[in-house]
Amino acid sequence: MLKLAVVGLGKMGLSHLAIINAHPGVRVAAVCDPASYVLDVLNKYTGVTTFTDFDDMMRRTELDAVLVATPSSMHAKMVRKALEAGKHVFCEKPLTLDPRESEELSRLAAERGLVNQVGYHYRFVGTFQEVKRLLDAKVIGDVTHIQAEAYGPVVLKPKGGTWRSQRAAGGGCLYDYAAHPLNLVQWYFGMPRGVGGTVLGSVFSSETDDEVFTTLYFDGGRSAQLSVNWSDESCRKMSTKITVWGTAGRITADRQEVHAYFRDTAKLLPGYREGWNTRNITQLTEDVWFYVRGEEYSAQLDYFVRCIEENESDNVNSFATAAATDRVIAMMVADAQRGAGITEQSELPAPVRKRRGLMALFGK
Amino acid sequence: MDRLLFGDNQFFGVNHASEEKARAQSMRFQDIRAVIEVIDAAYDEGVNTFMCTTHDRIAGVCDHVRSDPQRYADFKFFPCMPYAHKYANAVTEHGMLGAVRRFLPDGGLLDTAMRGGMALAKKDIEGITTLIIDAEMKMFAGLETPVIFLQNVVVDLLLGLGFNEAFRMFANHVRSRYHAEPGFITMNMPKLLDALESVGIENPIVCSNINKLGFRMCGGFGAYTEALRRRKFRAIAMSVFASGAISAREAVQWVCEQPNIESIVFGASSRNNIRSTRELVDQYWKRREAPVEPVTAPTLPGSVG
Repeated sequence: MLKLAVVGLGKMGLSHLAIINAHPGVRVAAVCDPASYVLDVLNKYTGVTTFTDFDDMMRRTELDAVLVATPSSMHAKMVRKALEAGKHVFCEKPLTLDPRESEELSRLAAERGLVNQVGYHYRFVGTFQEVKRLLDAKVIGDVTHIQAEAYGPVVLKPKGGTWRSQRAAGGGCLYDYAAHPLNLVQWYFGMPRGVGGTVLGSVFSSETDDEVFTTLYFDGGRSAQLSVNWSDESCRKMSTKITVWGTAGRITADRQEVHAYFRDTAKLLPGYREGWNTRNITQLTEDVWFYVRGEEYSAQLDYFVRCIEENESDNVNSFATAAATDRVIAMMVADAQRGAGITEQSELPAPVRKRRGLMALFGK
Repeated sequence: MDRLLFGDNQFFGVNHASEEKARAQSMRFQDIRAVIEVIDAAYDEGVNTFMCTTHDRIAGVCDHVRSDPQRYADFKFFPCMPYAHKYANAVTEHGMLGAVRRFLPDGGLLDTAMRGGMALAKKDIEGITTLIIDAEMKMFAGLETPVIFLQNVVVDLLLGLGFNEAFRMFANHVRSRYHAEPGFITMNMPKLLDALESVGIENPIVCSNINKLGFRMCGGFGAYTEALRRRKFRAIAMSVFASGAISAREAVQWVCEQPNIESIVFGASSRNNIRSTRELVDQYWKRREAPVEPVTAPTLPGSVG
């Protein structure tokens, strides 16, 4: 039986706690949160051992693993302490707010041979996994561009009272929302060599961003664009969509469906045909042992537990991959601060003059 | 409970198969009159129970039904609370306690506001729970609500936490204050049955996915069919079509063959679809009088076209 602690009992923490507590291979040995109110209620009705102080919990509890779901700005310190104490760590995204710190934590986890996973749950959604499978098999030939979008109704008016409304604390659309589609793009394309045209715009928030747009440049002339807005009331909940174009077709995926168009040049996988194909999440989802709010949330925690049991530290959503996402986020913040690359006042290169007359007609 | 219950997912852009369909449905049903038209069609087809979330827009349906008691003499609501996104978004915006505070009554009746403040201060979870139930039930005042459900996100969160006492609090309040039967919606039916039993809720009404594919039947297909055979509870089957992955006839035939299912909840957007579902259920339910047939193995998801 794996002994695990859940740290941070906000929205994600409580949901993780409910899921992992129902796991047959796990015993929740402690929960930790500074808000004693929630702790008292949990302790009274579920009997779980509670702590308001992280260090105190680490000292006094025998643990194999720690699940960190505190506000993002607190991740780094806690993850480091947990790793130094030899615990496997599952951390909510983003890993940290400083990519150098994320890279260090990734090295530390690797040195210690500890399982290290970040909660980018979209990599556990059947449809997005199917896109990965199709791309790895090069079904649509040479891929040229990915468009990644996410919209949802989180901030719909100017006021907000939690850490999620401050960028300094790791709040905002970039860290909270855009990190997900960005992480998917990196799953499919790897690390971009640059970013440009980043806009971190405010719709309602005064201390952080509500909309995020950027262009990512990859080797081989490939590119991706990100379009994210969490002040979009027209979506009932977060709605994420990926579109990939290649020389032999196009693939679109959201949480529910994969739509793929394959040209006659596509290297088809079994079950697929030339022209349009549809795959639904009901066909792509594997059963989970317990369900609270989407199979992916259960699947990622079950995967974490299995990696520990099987001593597998080369796992999906490793700190290294999350650190790469943190690095791109930092690149985007820097790019956004620069503003427009070319302005109205910029000196523009003279256009290449076209040759006139008969010679041009003959293409000489 | 009626054999067929009319669900409301289609009215609120909830579609587990396609975001495009979900959007098209939100557009079609953005005027509450369009919703009422379909509910009327169901009622005229003999589907008298509307199982609905406590979404703000349902208040419009409630007002309509209240305004014509003669026409809706047999109409029943099965409210399902809470509408979870309302709370989830509030938690993101205001934090856990802030969200609870927002949904407790604050104006009007001074004693209710006092009750809320006191309950919150004293960590009186039972008090908070009953106040939130009352707030969610306000729109149904004067209407028939013989069964009141707790929604699956909340049920399964509490179930995972091991907060089984909350089920008892919910059941007690729904029984004593509304003279209604408590119902529980879940994606983890076998596990929930154990939890309900542990807090002494006998023969509970439990609504869960029950479909031939085994789609979102957590705990396993075998555990579900076993529970239907052996455990004492009043089962409602939802998602019988597995979000459209099984043909209607095949789906209904299979569900009707399972033992101990009391009702099926389904959604539809047209009178034709409502009628054809009702006719299928009428046709296959009759066979239930015959001895229980053995449970067939699930079709593997991959074999669906």
